[in-house]
Amino acid sequence: MAEAAIARLRERVREAAATGTALEIVGGGTKRFYGRSVYGEPLHTTGLSGIVHHEPSELFVTVLGGTALAQLEARLAETGQMLAFEPPHFGAAATVGGMVAAGLSGPRRPWAGAVRDHLLGVRVLDGTGQLLHFGGEVMKNVAGYDLFRPMAGALGTLGVLVEVTLKLVPLPAQTETRALALDQAQMRSTLERLWRSPQPVTATWYDGEILYVRLAGEAPDVAAAARRLGGERLPDDTALWQDVREQRLPWFHDPRPLWRLSVPPAAPQIPLPGDWAEEWSGAQRWLLSDSDAESVRRAAASAGGHATLFRGDPGEDEVFQPLAAPVLHLHRRLKAIFDPHGVFNPGRLYAGL
Amino acid sequence: MLTDATEKTPPTRGSAAERLQAMLAELRQWLPAETLVTHPQELRAYECDGLPAYRRVPGAVVIPTTEDQVKRILAAAHRHRVPVVARGAGTGLSGGALPDPDGIVLSMARFNRILSIDPVNRIARVQPGVRNLAISEAAAPHGLYYAPDPSSQIACSIGGNVAENAGGVHCLKYGLTVHNVQGLRVVTPDGETLTLGGEALDTPGYDLLALLHGSEGMLGVIVEITVKLLPRPEDVAVLLAAFAALPAAADAVAGIIGAGIVPAGLEMMDNPAIRAAEDFVHAGYPVDAAAILLVELDGTTESVEAQARRVRELLQRHGATRVDTARDPQTRARFWAGRKSAFPAVGRISPDYYCMDGTIPRRRLAEVLQGIARLSREFGLAVVNVFHAGDGNLHPLILYDAAKPGELERAERFGTRILELCVQAGGTITGEHGVGVEKLDAMCVQFAPAELERFHAVKQVFDPEGLLNPGKAVPSLHRCAELGAMHVHGGALPHPELPRF
Repeated sequence: MAEAAIARLRERVREAAATGTALEIVGGGTKRFYGRSVYGEPLHTTGLSGIVHHEPSELFVTVLGGTALAQLEARLAETGQMLAFEPPHFGAAATVGGMVAAGLSGPRRPWAGAVRDHLLGVRVLDGTGQLLHFGGEVMKNVAGYDLFRPMAGALGTLGVLVEVTLKLVPLPAQTETRALALDQAQMRSTLERLWRSPQPVTATWYDGEILYVRLAGEAPDVAAAARRLGGERLPDDTALWQDVREQRLPWFHDPRPLWRLSVPPAAPQIPLPGDWAEEWSGAQRWLLSDSDAESVRRAAASAGGHATLFRGDPGEDEVFQPLAAPVLHLHRRLKAIFDPHGVFNPGRLYAGL
Repeated sequence: MLTDATEKTPPTRGSAAERLQAMLAELRQWLPAETLVTHPQELRAYECDGLPAYRRVPGAVVIPTTEDQVKRILAAAHRHRVPVVARGAGTGLSGGALPDPDGIVLSMARFNRILSIDPVNRIARVQPGVRNLAISEAAAPHGLYYAPDPSSQIACSIGGNVAENAGGVHCLKYGLTVHNVQGLRVVTPDGETLTLGGEALDTPGYDLLALLHGSEGMLGVIVEITVKLLPRPEDVAVLLAAFAALPAAADAVAGIIGAGIVPAGLEMMDNPAIRAAEDFVHAGYPVDAAAILLVELDGTTESVEAQARRVRELLQRHGATRVDTARDPQTRARFWAGRKSAFPAVGRISPDYYCMDGTIPRRRLAEVLQGIARLSREFGLAVVNVFHAGDGNLHPLILYDAAKPGELERAERFGTRILELCVQAGGTITGEHGVGVEKLDAMCVQFAPAELERFHAVKQVFDPEGLLNPGKAVPSLHRCAELGAMHVHGGALPHPELPRF
């Protein structure tokens, strides 16, 4: 069944390559807001659905790209496992392929690693309709260049993710979230202390008034860390972290553009007007602001990081921090290896890519 | 970048040897004398890396001290079309740093400074020649360490670790080098500097940082690395379990992982490995056991104790005949001593050994071990097995005597068959040692021509002249065709109905 679906996709891609038609790869269509706009005929991956290979005694799963992320996560939960990077869905229809292509990681990212850190292999349909296999189903694999991890976050500009293999982790035995009313300076020093010591922290959220810290791990560790941290225990924390991850908290309901700043965790308060919130122990900061893109990017760069216009209209501008000329040059040439006719998601990641 | 008249001269023509000499003449005009090694006797020290079966004396060795020198050396090599083999500490196990007789070895040994340690952001900026262990030593006063620990960590350099995407015994929980490096500065063959990643956790665009990891010095020369540091765990325990049969030990590994425990390290040794190690370091290993498992658990004291109890029960349930737990540093070090000295221990019982590095899905362990035992009988060569069992990374050591005619070739053929077994089981030909020159043929088994073509295309993007470490890591399609190796895809052999031994 999957083979038939792959054959159909391959036919469409070959046709598009021959006629110079742009294709927009669409999984669940839940993250179309992310990246630059694409004008192309939709290429749906939802026919590629199913879990190909999963054995609970092994810490990996192989799944077709169009499989619903929710379906995969439900299956993993039944066997006491999860995707360590806790990916955002941004809608019920989110697919596994879209999750990898978007490369977005959720609240656990600084402690557990990102999507790319858990990608073990891909089968990818390139822009000439060829099916390529990179990586595999094993944790350690250094045969050949790593052409699978770069698929994470490439926003479909290198190919269609037909099948992916992901590393899994066991669900934590115990989880607890503490809420602490702290000002900026107290928040920063608390996070710094937690970041530097072996504490079982797996998420943080701060909206300017209250710092939420999720602890997860072995029961005695969580209890001991909770005692040391103080604050109040949140009776039911599942909803909070889902709402942080999915950007459903009231804080996100705002007409202004939403910027994501990825900076070193201990970077001091960034001098830009607007409303700030932060996750990832300070490494991911959200800014609601009408500031011009140039100022935001400059501030992010001088803090040691980069800025993404996460939600908002970039017009003809870039969504992601512009690349240095030699790095952009490599991007163009790598794109040409996988998609010589510029069929897939043209311009979604950067103009001309 | 400084330029002078000589650096604007057009590319030299002539033979490879002539081009090398022309380049050296140019380098002598501006490079400090102690930076250039050309004396035949001194060049011998660079003829091989940690895989001494392959040796070639380089045309010259250059040992730069600054990034600007690296750029100018690469620019000169580019102009004269002279091959450049970057080298760290030379501890690699796949011949990745094997020199080219008409090229230079670019030794990064003097790039040995730790540039900064930022405990608040838990990162360190280091030069590529810094030893792996030196990073953890420098971070120790801050309660931090660098997690990947290849067995050669007292000697191997971090630049070499990135080039090979090195692993170690703690990969299962803490990942490979690629998971623990946040940024690189890389000089390309035309003398351009790329900054990939840095102080933030991620970087926009394609993940070139990942692509550079394990690229075996073929895409650029690394001049600076930003590594992640982790807080030292509060406590550690090591369990040593003995088994009367190998499959029982393999099942116990699956049992531990299946119970939701991810140990910091999970190692297995078979009986010949146990005996060799015990003879050598007297670690107190049970020499009559068919296999032992070493299980390292780390975390807070409470969780280590709780997990150690659960793991002990699991080991016993899976038939362990004896389980010992080490809580104090001395006993832990003794338990590890045997495993960590397994390779030199084997060196004492055999004139030579050939170390393999295949990785397989863990559930196929017992079956692949049986296959290796069968091949051992077929080739008439003994095998000693040590594994990173937690992540399915096998290190079968094939014992041979290079002094006996034909035995090295037999060992190599045996090794290739083991790697074929690994690929058939859905695994890979190299988990952490790299392809180098050693596994070029095995690459033909793992990858189809279409994939190999993409690898060559990537090389072409970074290094159009093919000057960086030429002939390594990716075999030519021609070589694969000549070899007639059967490409095995997704564990499925062509003609699965035919028996293969």
